[in-house]
Amino acid sequence: MTGIALHHYLALSAILFTIGVVGVLTRRNAIIVFMCVELMLNSVNLSLVAFSAYLGNPTGQILVFFVMTVAAAEAAVGLAIIIALFRNKQTVNIDEINIMKW
Amino acid sequence: MNFYDTIFYFFAFVTLVSAAIVVFSKNIIYSAFSLLFTFFGVAGIYVLLNADFIAVAQLLIYVGGILVLLLFGVMLTNKVVSVEMKTGTLQTIPASIIVAMTAGALCGVFYMTDWKIVRSVPQMTTTANSLGEMFMTTYLLPFEVASVVLLVALVGAAMIARRDRAIQNLKPKI
Repeated sequence: MTGIALHHYLALSAILFTIGVVGVLTRRNAIIVFMCVELMLNSVNLSLVAFSAYLGNPTGQILVFFVMTVAAAEAAVGLAIIIALFRNKQTVNIDEINIMKW
Repeated sequence: MNFYDTIFYFFAFVTLVSAAIVVFSKNIIYSAFSLLFTFFGVAGIYVLLNADFIAVAQLLIYVGGILVLLLFGVMLTNKVVSVEMKTGTLQTIPASIIVAMTAGALCGVFYMTDWKIVRSVPQMTTTANSLGEMFMTTYLLPFEVASVVLLVALVGAAMIARRDRAIQNLKPKI
């Protein structure tokens, strides 16, 4: 019926994860870094769903649900931290935020 | 190439291109909006994999929640007119080394492992029933813990983002 095998999905997930890593390592805006973390979480979810579908076992989708929950919590707390930082330092550039460095 | 393949490649293309725009765009607003297309593309691939519940949850949580939150973050922390974004030229070489290592490791693992696959193609069934059953039986404790995590995180987020003046007003006035 179809030529899409499991490794197509895995390759897509790997590429998406790598794009996320590039963003986290090279971008200097905290919000962009945040978006790239979301990209990486999405790629992991994608491979979990792919494994779950090809195994015929829905447990992987339960894991995806928990990852989404934690991602939502992380987004809320992280953005609150970014907004608090911006209020104090007037920047979200992570090169200039070094108050915890000594 | 049949219809299913075409749809897969279409969604994969949308996802990857918009993910690349998220990472490489100079304008943070463009990044935020192309993240929308990434999430939609991933949701489409979930549908292809017969994960109907997860696809809807992806749309609700990521597009409806996280993306709106990110856009609020962008609006609150950027003067939209003066978009200044530098891309850390110093870290380019170590970053590319780490990225190459990550990509190599991932591809190596994915292609060299002999995955135990039961089905050659995903079966056309709905998963919402079995997921709900598992959440209420086997995974009941993690499910409850997740709800507590969400509650604590949201209260904490509201606390952190609050202004100091407002916190002082909270003190009991006796």
